[in-house]
Amino acid sequence: MTGHPVETDRLRRVFGARVALDNVTFAVREGEVFGLLGPNGGGKTTLFRILSTMLAPSGGAARICGHDVEREAAAVRSCLGVVFQSPSLDPHLTVAENLRYGGHLYGLRGAPLEARMRETAEALRVADRWSERVKTLSGGLQRRVEIAKSLLPRPRVLLMDEPSTGLDPVARVDLWSIIEQLRAESAMTVVLTTHLMEEAARCDRAAILHQGKLLACDTPEALCGMIGADVLTLTGREPERLAGRLQAEFGWAASVQDGTVRVEVPRAHEQVARIVEAFPGEILAVTAGRPTLEDVFVHLTGERLGGPLLETAGGRRKRR
Amino acid sequence: MSAAAGSHFWGPVFALWQRDMVRFLRQKNRIIGALGAPLVFWVLIGSGVGPGFRLPGWPADMTYLAYFFPGTVVLILLFTAVFSTISVIEDRREGFLQGVLVAPVAPEAIVLGKLLGGTTLAVGQALLFCLAAPLAGVPLDAAVLARLLPALFVVGFALTGLGFLVAWPLESTQVFPAIMNVLIMPLWLLSGALFPAAADSWMRYAVAVNPVAYGTAAVRRAFYGDGAALGLVPGYGLALSVSVVFAAVMFALCVWMVRRRRGTV
Repeated sequence: MTGHPVETDRLRRVFGARVALDNVTFAVREGEVFGLLGPNGGGKTTLFRILSTMLAPSGGAARICGHDVEREAAAVRSCLGVVFQSPSLDPHLTVAENLRYGGHLYGLRGAPLEARMRETAEALRVADRWSERVKTLSGGLQRRVEIAKSLLPRPRVLLMDEPSTGLDPVARVDLWSIIEQLRAESAMTVVLTTHLMEEAARCDRAAILHQGKLLACDTPEALCGMIGADVLTLTGREPERLAGRLQAEFGWAASVQDGTVRVEVPRAHEQVARIVEAFPGEILAVTAGRPTLEDVFVHLTGERLGGPLLETAGGRRKRR
Repeated sequence: MSAAAGSHFWGPVFALWQRDMVRFLRQKNRIIGALGAPLVFWVLIGSGVGPGFRLPGWPADMTYLAYFFPGTVVLILLFTAVFSTISVIEDRREGFLQGVLVAPVAPEAIVLGKLLGGTTLAVGQALLFCLAAPLAGVPLDAAVLARLLPALFVVGFALTGLGFLVAWPLESTQVFPAIMNVLIMPLWLLSGALFPAAADSWMRYAVAVNPVAYGTAAVRRAFYGDGAALGLVPGYGLALSVSVVFAAVMFALCVWMVRRRRGTV
């Protein structure tokens, strides 16, 4: 299992009695966009901090570009670009100053550094904000400057921690266009953490982390294929009772999450009429579809990944 | 372990130093804060003691304003150096520090960059105040400056290191003033800055083991030279040597702290 830009081998991390990462093994291929998907508290951030050399593992190993994150941290840092959830920019400095000092930290200087700063700023469309102080920029622009800074040393691996958190929908689309651009134009390997299904679905491959365990790791299509059926979601007046009757009368294993009834059945669209006729007046809405990563998560854990996260004015996240 | 393979040194040192300069110049109220308070101390306390001030074993014509002058210089070094390291806490809170910690930068370079930044600001402000020395009847000429500059640099570096050591593990700036008052101000008060230790008092021993007292002594001797009779104040060479050791110990402790706590932020 060598030659992969990012790989872990039975990686463990405990905080006191709590196991944050439990024997996590995976390998990321060169040039791939790899998503680490899971709910908050699932172990993503712990994994991110170990990969970015900020936290030592309790057991097992993690290697970036063939270097051990704990014993060869300096070599790991040299081939790594890191985009933090809260930007690592100096708000009092201009865009150019942030890029310049960021470059100095990686041993870049002089004319080559200035040329690379220009080039990167243009690629990320922040060149027109060159002399503006970072604190005056919007969250989306700050994230772009942050990404520009992390790309300056041309890292082989780019690590991103929840890169879309705190961004408005427009900035999110923008972020993904940058990630797509990186995928198309460079051989860089991108590893990102996310709690959003739709983001994981855009990755080349995704790993599902839950309670510190890696439950599955594959392409989004293959992950969805783990459910050998379609998914029916029903909204009813009495979800528990409805689930029970579906079980009794159709023999389907129905589960209830957040007031909706969920069943995995083959050829779901053919079942819709049967169900609605069988329970007149009890069903308010039915959705039939191919399984999504959300369904895969429910299938694997018996839990929902969590409702969409709301951004409040203070920037703190709340679960709906 | 020196700079590990793949780590950069002078580039990051320069970047961290220059960034502190730029930030300082953009937050001008800090200049007033660091220079203003000691200046007010000096004028109010210095003038309050008045002409009755006499010390056995010291020059008879030395006013209290003159006596207190080197102590005020050290207070300016202390305030600027220690408060400039508050930026370590701000860097952590604002996120800048995490970017430094994941970069291939040796811990020695992180510490040196930050300490040189604080030292430069401290020495600059102290020198500005030293221009007022003739007003207090304190000598200031080329020979004084030649002794003063190394003393200010070494003492400023050591005190910035002390501030860094306190600031590094802190999550918020709120507890910093309390630590200043309880831990750091007594070091200055027991340094012979405000009054000399009497030969028969307990304070004499406190002064003898207090590294900041040697800093104050180095600055005092820089002004008056080794020829002047200044009570129990040690000579310039001894005072500066102890201060160099103090600075080296602070630097080593800071590096140890960064290496130990790098992984926990």
